[in-house]
Amino acid sequence: MVEVAVIGMGYSGFSPSTPHLSFREMVYEAAKRAYIDAGDIDPRRDIDAFVSCQEDFWEGVSISDEFAPEQIGGVLKPVYTVAGDGLQCIASAVAMIKSGAFDVVAVEAHGKPSEISTLSDIVRFSFDPIYVRPLDLASIHALQAIEARAFMDSFNISKEALGLYVVMSRRNGLRSSRASHASEIDLDTYMKSDMVSDPLSEHDIAPFSDAAIVAVLASDTVARGYSDDLVWVRGVGFASDIYTYVFRDLSIDRSARIAADKAYKMAGIDSPKSLRNLVVELDERYSYKALQTLISIGLAGPDIARDLESGVFNRSGAIPVNPGGGALSEGVPLEAHGLARLLSGYEQLKGRAGSAQIDDAENAIIHGWRGFATATSSIVVLSR
Amino acid sequence: MRFNLRVKNRVAVIGAGLTLFRRRLLETPQEMVWIAASRALEQAGLDFRDIDCVISGSAPDAFDGVHLKGEYYSEGAGVVGKPHIRVYVGGGTGVFVPVAAWWYVASGLCRRALVVAEEKMSSAAEPHPQAVFRHIWDPLVEKPLNPNLIWIFALEMHRYMHKCRVSKEDIALVSVKNKRNALDHPSAQAAADITVDDVLNSPMLVYPVNRLDISPVSDGAAALVMVSEEWARRYTDNPIWVAGIGFTLDTTSWTNRELSFPVYVRNAAEMAYRMAGIDNPVKSIDVVEPYDPFDYKELHHLEGLGLAPRCGAAKLTREGVTARDGDLPTCPSGGLLGVGNPIAAAGLMKVAEIFWQLRGEAGARQVKNDPVTGLAQAWGDLMQAGTVIILRR
Repeated sequence: MVEVAVIGMGYSGFSPSTPHLSFREMVYEAAKRAYIDAGDIDPRRDIDAFVSCQEDFWEGVSISDEFAPEQIGGVLKPVYTVAGDGLQCIASAVAMIKSGAFDVVAVEAHGKPSEISTLSDIVRFSFDPIYVRPLDLASIHALQAIEARAFMDSFNISKEALGLYVVMSRRNGLRSSRASHASEIDLDTYMKSDMVSDPLSEHDIAPFSDAAIVAVLASDTVARGYSDDLVWVRGVGFASDIYTYVFRDLSIDRSARIAADKAYKMAGIDSPKSLRNLVVELDERYSYKALQTLISIGLAGPDIARDLESGVFNRSGAIPVNPGGGALSEGVPLEAHGLARLLSGYEQLKGRAGSAQIDDAENAIIHGWRGFATATSSIVVLSR
Repeated sequence: MRFNLRVKNRVAVIGAGLTLFRRRLLETPQEMVWIAASRALEQAGLDFRDIDCVISGSAPDAFDGVHLKGEYYSEGAGVVGKPHIRVYVGGGTGVFVPVAAWWYVASGLCRRALVVAEEKMSSAAEPHPQAVFRHIWDPLVEKPLNPNLIWIFALEMHRYMHKCRVSKEDIALVSVKNKRNALDHPSAQAAADITVDDVLNSPMLVYPVNRLDISPVSDGAAALVMVSEEWARRYTDNPIWVAGIGFTLDTTSWTNRELSFPVYVRNAAEMAYRMAGIDNPVKSIDVVEPYDPFDYKELHHLEGLGLAPRCGAAKLTREGVTARDGDLPTCPSGGLLGVGNPIAAAGLMKVAEIFWQLRGEAGARQVKNDPVTGLAQAWGDLMQAGTVIILRR
């Protein structure tokens, strides 16, 4: 069976705004860095196919895939677009390589929310046009607030518990050069922050940021030619729960649970907690989502509040979560957020995470969610 | 690329289904997907429960007027706690969806995949769905000129006519043939028995494009069931195998290209031929569904696919080679010109047609040369994307 490795990654941005660069220039910069990281490969010669992850409305262009090829070196080569989170592109690249038809596949995702002047309106366009849009919800976070409440009620999670997570993650972000929203806050400040949509207050909701990220994946035969120190993709999984919001179980994230089951099965993992020297990079664009995900993917039980208090998820804990900060510190670059998590996990396993480094990191569980209005999640398991 | 060498798992198509193609369907996108998917599953003898992955495709979100529309319509394909992925390459999407499904099944990540494509062009854009195409351009260089799609395809058609010395009459023969073929297609929206003069006398939109040179605006959905070899043997005695896949994207800067020949279609075709072990496509391909949103595109694409000599497709059409009972039956379904053009669904309809032709299940549309190998192709983006799939009995 063909094994798949990540042989290079690069990024550009992670800034609240990037007026000096177009998204194509950002992707070019990210691609260039990824190709150098992979051993200075030439995309025209060494890469068999390219996958781009983007969505029309976020781009402000219809058929946005038209603008994919140049900046990644894909002109007149196999290039296509996935309307999904970056990790779904990773899953596609893994499928392509495992099919035996492709050896080296590059994956690109980008987001430039700073250029979207009507972001709330676009989010409203993702709600069901017949049943939800007419409700004219006052906040784009309203549906997530309902989910947060359902989750907190089911597992007896207090607002303070969310705060503990936010304080930890924002502080971790201070160790990352990509986390422009990181800050040292205390629980008291958190508890006093303005409510956006009860129970979510300002500090529970990640801001946006601009970023482009590129990853290069290769089959084992080719990858071994590039490096001895490889990061392997041992498992991938993605799933969507039912789209109609009112039919969903809001207490846990079924899509994350199913995605994780698939990824663990592919990786041959019985219990994710038993993975040695594990680092977890997960989507925390809402504080509650991080906790809900930890339960959904089998890294925490119903007593998660106690785990938080005892520091299980701290940098020095048994299961370090977002040790260099996550969405709350970096901001969310739309569909590129999954790759942002992958990038952090990749750096940890490569021992290149700088002051965010967890010693001897050996395995990483990466999680991505598609955000507003979706019940789609992806899981990638990496190993050194 | 070391193509067919290391591909171990075979992938089969075992069912196909379509909705009606109509200017305005009353069904929502979710309902259209459900109808097409149910029909494909019915032919395959499967249920939504048996499906472990859904691979879908749809072109611009602006048509349906829903952001993240893949998430929205997925419910109609039974996506409740299972993997779903939406891919797109503009107009090339319809043929690309089974290409993507191929590697999901060939890799072993999925075993029984539902493949769906959907487009609802009627509901969102006012006053006409063409309005969506005002937002597909480079925002700095092209958008200020306010081009529309017919305008740039008129440039391409004119260039092709000039370079290949092809007349309007020759091109109109394609429209006449395809609309007539569509009279036998139960989903058809624009089937008609017309003459070359009817095409030439239809209203001029942008020279040299007349109204009957173009496929209509449509709502519709299409679906396939694609499974691993093991499951194919359990469900059917006559699976149709995916023999080759190919796809290519050319530069966004369409203004800098020679428009008379689609290099990207040639590259995609060569990739698929190599995988299918085809050296001489003219000899090996028995039935073909090239993408025909405009009549000249069928000629253009036959040449891109290497099934006609460069600038030679008009002659083949004139001599009846591309007729349903000819040596190279081309668009026996009736194509986009006859059946209709719900963008992604239209491309997948072509793959479905090849599937039915190879199974001998095309009814009144059945070609006469007992086909073993067939090819479907689509084209999209800014005259930029080529997607190809080759199926074999």
